[in-house]
Amino acid sequence: MSELRHVGQAAPRPEGADKLAGRTRYIHDIKRPGMLYGKIKYAEHAHARILNVDTSKAERLPGVKAVLTAYDTPELRIGFLRDNFALKRDKVRQFRDEVAAVAAIDPDIARQAVELIEVEYEPLPGVFSVEEALADGAPLVHETDARGRPLTTNRLALEFSHDSGDVDAACSAAAHVVEREYTVPRVQQSCMGTAGCIAEFDGRGNLEMLVKTQIPFLAQRDYARALAALGLADKSVRVIVPALGGGFGTGLDTHVYEYIAILLAWRAGKPVKILFERDEEFAFLSPRQSAVTRIRQGCDAEGKLLFRHLEVSQDNGAYTSWGATFPSVMLMPATSLYRVPNVRFESRIVYTNNTYCQAMRGYGNPEVTLPIESSLDELAEAAGIDPLDMRRINTNRPGDVTPMGLKIGTCGLEECLDKTAGRIDWRAKHGRQRALKRGVGMASLIHVGGGGKIYRSDGSGIILKLDDYGTVNVNYGGVEMGQGLHAALTAMVAEALGVLPARVVINQTDTATCPWDVGTHASRGAFMAGNAAILASDKLRVQIFEWAERIYPVEVAKAIARAGAEGKAADVPTGFDFESVGRERFDLKDGWLFVRDAPDHPVFRISLGKLLRAAHFPPEGDPSTVFAAEAFYEPPTQLPDWKKGVGNMSANYTFGTQGVEVEVDVETGDVKILALAFALDVGRVLNPQTLAGQVYGGIAQGVGYALYEEVKTDRGRILNPNFTDYKIPSAADIDFPIELDFIETDDPSGPFGAKGVGEPGLVPTAPAIANAIYDAVGVRITDLPITPEKVLAALIEKQRPACPGAPTPQPLMRP
Amino acid sequence: MTIDNSMQISFELNGSMRRARVEPHERLIDLLRDVLGETGTKEGCGEGECGACTVLVEGRAVNSCLFPAPEVEGLRVVTIEGLCGEGLQLSPVQAAFLEGGATQCGFCTPGMVVSTVALLGENPAPSASDIRNALTGNLCRCTGYVQIVEAIQSAAAKLSAGGEA
Ligand code: FES
Ligand code: FES
Repeated sequence: MSELRHVGQAAPRPEGADKLAGRTRYIHDIKRPGMLYGKIKYAEHAHARILNVDTSKAERLPGVKAVLTAYDTPELRIGFLRDNFALKRDKVRQFRDEVAAVAAIDPDIARQAVELIEVEYEPLPGVFSVEEALADGAPLVHETDARGRPLTTNRLALEFSHDSGDVDAACSAAAHVVEREYTVPRVQQSCMGTAGCIAEFDGRGNLEMLVKTQIPFLAQRDYARALAALGLADKSVRVIVPALGGGFGTGLDTHVYEYIAILLAWRAGKPVKILFERDEEFAFLSPRQSAVTRIRQGCDAEGKLLFRHLEVSQDNGAYTSWGATFPSVMLMPATSLYRVPNVRFESRIVYTNNTYCQAMRGYGNPEVTLPIESSLDELAEAAGIDPLDMRRINTNRPGDVTPMGLKIGTCGLEECLDKTAGRIDWRAKHGRQRALKRGVGMASLIHVGGGGKIYRSDGSGIILKLDDYGTVNVNYGGVEMGQGLHAALTAMVAEALGVLPARVVINQTDTATCPWDVGTHASRGAFMAGNAAILASDKLRVQIFEWAERIYPVEVAKAIARAGAEGKAADVPTGFDFESVGRERFDLKDGWLFVRDAPDHPVFRISLGKLLRAAHFPPEGDPSTVFAAEAFYEPPTQLPDWKKGVGNMSANYTFGTQGVEVEVDVETGDVKILALAFALDVGRVLNPQTLAGQVYGGIAQGVGYALYEEVKTDRGRILNPNFTDYKIPSAADIDFPIELDFIETDDPSGPFGAKGVGEPGLVPTAPAIANAIYDAVGVRITDLPITPEKVLAALIEKQRPACPGAPTPQPLMRP
Repeated sequence: MTIDNSMQISFELNGSMRRARVEPHERLIDLLRDVLGETGTKEGCGEGECGACTVLVEGRAVNSCLFPAPEVEGLRVVTIEGLCGEGLQLSPVQAAFLEGGATQCGFCTPGMVVSTVALLGENPAPSASDIRNALTGNLCRCTGYVQIVEAIQSAAAKLSAGGEA
């Protein structure tokens, strides 16, 4: 690769100065003329029949402009399985079900109006766990599916499974087998900027949605369906994405409140804003799915993995979002983290009367990496092999094709293992610090780094348009939510096209101006945008060089004449035939057009802006030109067959290893992280500053997931809807050194060799910590979060002498 | 019948005298954002838990979501907008955050920067752990705080070499 000028530089993010100055406009900051404020009346039961909704008092409150219930609005079916409704008519299935909604001239009046709505219910028995939901005679959360066909079970008709090789035979042949169950809780994405939207119709009945989303184009399609249900099928929808105060997966679905804003705006004939307050965000926005995973793994006497078997149960809550498809991503680590020849993966996804769940960073991956990597340590112990060696023996390697059919191209896992081991001084410390109650642990990850095909298209379009001054306007449908997409894309456009980063302007994400993109998820943003930008830049360079072929002789002749007029003719090198330069000899760098073999003198260079302005006034008989190019990049991947769990879903795979050192206070159960190291195969560093920032942030979320975050519920009611009771890491919690190593494997599929790296930070953190705790004090915590209470209970349990009559602990089973 | 308890106040906001009519229980953040249109200050929780709404009142960092608007009568209030210098100039702390990659989504950033200015006013050379402890009231979900702490240390170093926060 030729020398990179902008890619790889630690440039500050382009939108950063506005963020620092408080100038960035989030949905919170936007007001439209005449705008009303919407508020929603939520259910007061986890499961109940709605008998009556009385909105008369709310309607009479001065300042109220619209009140809606399911009885006076068309039915809007929404969600991944279309099992959810904008407003609930017959029954409520979770505490956050939307029963009515109000729009008023200010938020306080809207709030008061909601309180005046009276709803009569007939409570129904509910189900609040996978076991309850699947018990014989359990009440049904949904009596019918979206097409009205009767349902007989709470289990969703979504299948994600895999069975390759012969797991049973491998299990019998294995020298060592371990088995255990692991639990991960619901957690809240906790974006600092809460969710919100403004729905507005224009005089033609077209809808404009300003909305906090990561999927503007899928949202456009969803809203268009809603308009059709309102009898507005011929109207258009425009989705505009303001600055996002974090995303982390919350924007991968359209949400009920968005449809309610649309209904209210249509009814009131005014723009309507719905903005979540923090307690609403906790209680009424979907958290990350919880999961219970049973895992069995076995190896031969030398530690080579022979098989892996996972059974995952997911509590879906009352409705279905894209988050229900977590097992689609779980398949990847289940089948492909380390070499394992025989794999079985089974999953079941179950309706309950809990809050329904959605995506979060990592999308199923951390949920099963905890069991896989914890179990691997157990297996290493059973086999008498050092956990680092166990991982090295089984490491993935370039050229592998995994049981899922993932084609591993570049793979830096072995290097990541060694780097991390070195950073945390594994050989000197592992198993040697029990007296100090200190331990080290590690865990690795695999993740999609080249898109993740879980939808029919995994593509992204881009438009690059040059203005008269050589500024490139970039219209890209992906969403900047803090992850650094714009920083990476700026460098890549500058590099690929040949302009200065300061001349790259990324426009607001808007379905009216940007080409289609499937959404910003699966760590795909920079990977997709970069590949699309390279394609579009190549086209634009062709346009520029074609035009240069015509205008270059004219402009150079003028420049030489000017030099002559200034008495500098003698400085101009002679002998270069600038009159007939073929387009293939031109190049563009940092906004200057030049001929590769021309003498190094200013008269032979033309600034891009000058070249472009000249195009409005072409030589006689020459057609004028515009300079814009669009490109659509679709990665060379397969939509997997989910029942078989086979398909190469990404153009490349990211690998990494985290190592931690902890100290456990055996009096209190407190776990203190002393140091953390992370080596990550990123393909190529696009911007070391934003990359490190994104990875640090992921690690902090991983620490929260491991040690304290949990959405607590009681029979479906959320108990901790605030940051006092739901703790996320504060600055004082991340008080340990973090060492990052980025391994550059230069992946051929990636833009400039880069892989997607948005999610990996948090994937292996919890198992690395759990393994370190085991090393420190010999207890294995299998359910997150690893609270001091759980550690203390495990320590007490460990010390209890086995007394006669007490149930003997189950030996690790073999089937 | 509603009784009008509102009162007229005047205070200095980012160097200019401002007058406003406020309700007794009105929050300072609403006065700033909704009435005066200074939307740089953010509301992340409304409960005093996240620090996104931090502003300076007489140089002290306060959570404007808890601070009663009438109490700024006669006082000097500085928000993120007021830290910027002439034109588009960023203050040293803002510039250090930008150059150090200490902002991501940016939602916590105004509060984080304002808290930093207050911290450096009290402790011009804070250690990393002083910074972490001083910022426990400012939550950030994006950064893991690492580059924030580094940026604050670099700002402190620059300021001690001369300059105003
Ligand atoms: S908004 Fe004031 S502390 Fe969170
Ligand atoms: S930068 Fe997003 S919350 Fe701090």
